[in-house]
Amino acid sequence: MRLLHEQNIENIALGAAVLGTGGGGDPYIGMLMAKKAIRDYGPVELYTLDELDDDDLIVPTAMMGAPTVMVEKMPNGDDIINAFQAVGKFIGKPIRATMSIEAGGMNSVVPIYLAARLRLPMVDCDGMGRAFPELQMVTHTIYGIDATPMAMSDERGNTVLMETVSNQWTETFARSVTVDMGAMAMIALYAATVRELKESAIIGTMSKAEIIGETIRSARVNEVDPVKTVRESVGGFEVFKGKISDVERRTEAGFAKGDAFMEGIDEYAGQRLQLSFQNEHLMVRIDGEPRVTVPDLIAVLDIDTGEPITTESMRYGYRVAVIGIPCDPKWRTPKGLALVGPGYFGYDDVEYVPVETRYR
Amino acid sequence: MRIGIDVGGTNTDAVVMDGARVVAAIKTPTTANVSDGITTALRSLVAESGLDVSALDAVMIGTTHFTNAVVERKRLQPTTCIRLGLPATVSLPPMVDWPDDLAEVVGSEHYLAHGGHEFDGREISPFDEAEIRDIAGKIKAKGIKAIAISSVFSPVNTTFEEQAAAIVRDVIPDANITLSSTIGRIGLLERENAAIMNACLRDLALRTVNGFKTALAEMEITAPFYISQNDGTLMNADFAADYPVLTFASGPTNSMRGAAFLSGLKDAIVVDVGGTTTDIGVLQHGFPRVAALAVDIGGVRTNFRMPDTLSIGLGGGSMVSADPLRVGPQSVGYELTSRARVFGGDVMTTTDICVAAGHVEIGDPGRVAAVDAALIDAVETRIEEMINVGVDRMKTSATPMPVIIVGGGSILVQRPVAGASEIVKPEHFAVANAIGAAIAQIGGETDRIFSLAEMSRDEALAQAKQEATDKAVAAGAAPETVEIVEVEEVPLAYLPGNATRIMVKAVGDLAEG
Repeated sequence: MRLLHEQNIENIALGAAVLGTGGGGDPYIGMLMAKKAIRDYGPVELYTLDELDDDDLIVPTAMMGAPTVMVEKMPNGDDIINAFQAVGKFIGKPIRATMSIEAGGMNSVVPIYLAARLRLPMVDCDGMGRAFPELQMVTHTIYGIDATPMAMSDERGNTVLMETVSNQWTETFARSVTVDMGAMAMIALYAATVRELKESAIIGTMSKAEIIGETIRSARVNEVDPVKTVRESVGGFEVFKGKISDVERRTEAGFAKGDAFMEGIDEYAGQRLQLSFQNEHLMVRIDGEPRVTVPDLIAVLDIDTGEPITTESMRYGYRVAVIGIPCDPKWRTPKGLALVGPGYFGYDDVEYVPVETRYR
Repeated sequence: MRIGIDVGGTNTDAVVMDGARVVAAIKTPTTANVSDGITTALRSLVAESGLDVSALDAVMIGTTHFTNAVVERKRLQPTTCIRLGLPATVSLPPMVDWPDDLAEVVGSEHYLAHGGHEFDGREISPFDEAEIRDIAGKIKAKGIKAIAISSVFSPVNTTFEEQAAAIVRDVIPDANITLSSTIGRIGLLERENAAIMNACLRDLALRTVNGFKTALAEMEITAPFYISQNDGTLMNADFAADYPVLTFASGPTNSMRGAAFLSGLKDAIVVDVGGTTTDIGVLQHGFPRVAALAVDIGGVRTNFRMPDTLSIGLGGGSMVSADPLRVGPQSVGYELTSRARVFGGDVMTTTDICVAAGHVEIGDPGRVAAVDAALIDAVETRIEEMINVGVDRMKTSATPMPVIIVGGGSILVQRPVAGASEIVKPEHFAVANAIGAAIAQIGGETDRIFSLAEMSRDEALAQAKQEATDKAVAAGAAPETVEIVEVEEVPLAYLPGNATRIMVKAVGDLAEG
């Protein structure tokens, strides 16, 4: 067990933006909430799964909806507590700790707010090791853990509790309720025991995010190449360096989709990269050939600062480095690839090849 | 005829323009009292040009005075904030992300009240008149006059902020109130921060604008005067007294707009070499490319659209040392004319190197005659590298682009610039910022979320464009000249149904008379 203080939160948020692979929402609001709660209520205990009893019950918490709304209508703070306690009440057992369901983007830090307010521990793991757009896209689903009972709460004090037949149905209903709640809801879901999580969760992701954030920050201070140090800290591969020459966006079925094009610089001069995204970065093609695809992580970093660049802020003229990071092996199983492989996102003709196979 | 004035940290520059022609230009030191500096500048400008002040149509002033007040934490008024949005937003109260020293000066008093809207225009909770009246009473008892009012999604619906302002004004008749919806974009904390900063600058703004008025009256100038905004457009003086925060970062914008005007180029890199720093930016269609990331001002996060400039520590006052070779970032700044070698001082600066190399004759060249040729070459090579790297970082493609060099320190750029299709050093390069102020237009902007369930995308775009155009005309633009210069559409991520955020900017020429 170790303690998370305010400065840990800043590093986790920065690292989580890298793991967000262009999506997952700007962690800024969640980070401010977590920092303020730690200031008001004290530091948060972060446990590894091994330090807890196998029968301990863990309930992840998160924000669901549009990040653009969250920057305008910030949470009440009691809403996330209501959702968390509603699940506990339904199950009728004490909850030992909370955790992040999505280590990429803002949901890395949102549960830290709850943990600080309730003086409850966090567990150092998550269900994605990155960001994904839909609720069933967690490793819990691969191992048959139900998203429900799931609670969704708004700032008015409303809580919707649901039980469904599949995690896909949970996603469908939850999306509708989110819109009614103002395009944003605080949620608690995927209750599981430590025993179950040891098998199904992605371990150590809070610490991983923190190390990435720390690396970027110290690279800036020491004036060493931040892109290289980030790549080394995540065990990733440099895929490209270039300038964004064009960004095409379109809306399909409520998703912000698009492609960014980059012209190579330095040793990549003459090459052309196409980055396809749907909230998160999904696929890199270089000169037409797929090079990195989901579920491996694709991080686009500012070449000078190492700052991760989101799909929304990608603009003509940015000089960026593209890094491919191997995803957790759980995503590379047939069940994992059925949930989040290239095929699920509409790339039926693209076969998933692990990034290290192409770049080692 | 127009006069453009740029009040910078070091120099106050002024120009007289007749249509597109620069009639006269001068550079004077900025003074502690900003209006004195303007009076001095105007006086020497009139003396130099023999200008008949009754023939002036307008005077445009760009100033960093208000930005500096925030950065220096000086001359700020105690301020409070009322936010409408309960029960939402409690987790992050107003000013939660402000640096302590600034919050201490401004005061961190704030109130949360019911109200606010959802993204689609529904009310979060009804407006509560009694609650606002009660809060206003408390503010009155504390004697605070500067009040910022914010409401969740006020860019979508401004009524709650306006209703609250009416009640506060009823209770505190001499309150100076800033509504967040009049200033900013979506992003409650950033918009609210800007509104609070604006409120705490209002006293200073009123005094400064009155100082400008007095300075002009002393010169018997009766033409209307305008202040530049961060996007390169103008606001009239009374509007500026109400919205000082909109002047933030107008300096780099003016200088880039001036460079575009002087060179006749619409797409180019602008290198503005000042006394301490060189700012490199990109012109697209004649306007500065805008930064995508949130901008910190004095440690406070705002969502102003600032020009995307790269600032490097190189200017005419940059200090030079030989072994090891160093050029900047330390600078003698405004003390150049006393501390540089050629001016009788003992500090070797880049200006001294330029004089030693024979590029320019200022001060006493004899004082740098002994400078080693190898050092001159090494310094010029270092300057060349710094400019090349900076220009390359800002470029948008490998295709060579024109590079426009402006600013008082332009003389530093002697070598070719890598990746430049041509290097343009326009006439009057030293006062590009004042020219940018003189040629500025009037703008209007809208930024809100449209639900495409109720209207088509085309209708939403048309409505947004109309709103921006109306705002430009209301601000003083001649209706027939208004053009839409920027449209940005961002669909809301992770949300089914069709909601899209549309930002539109319209710009037109200043209406005559």
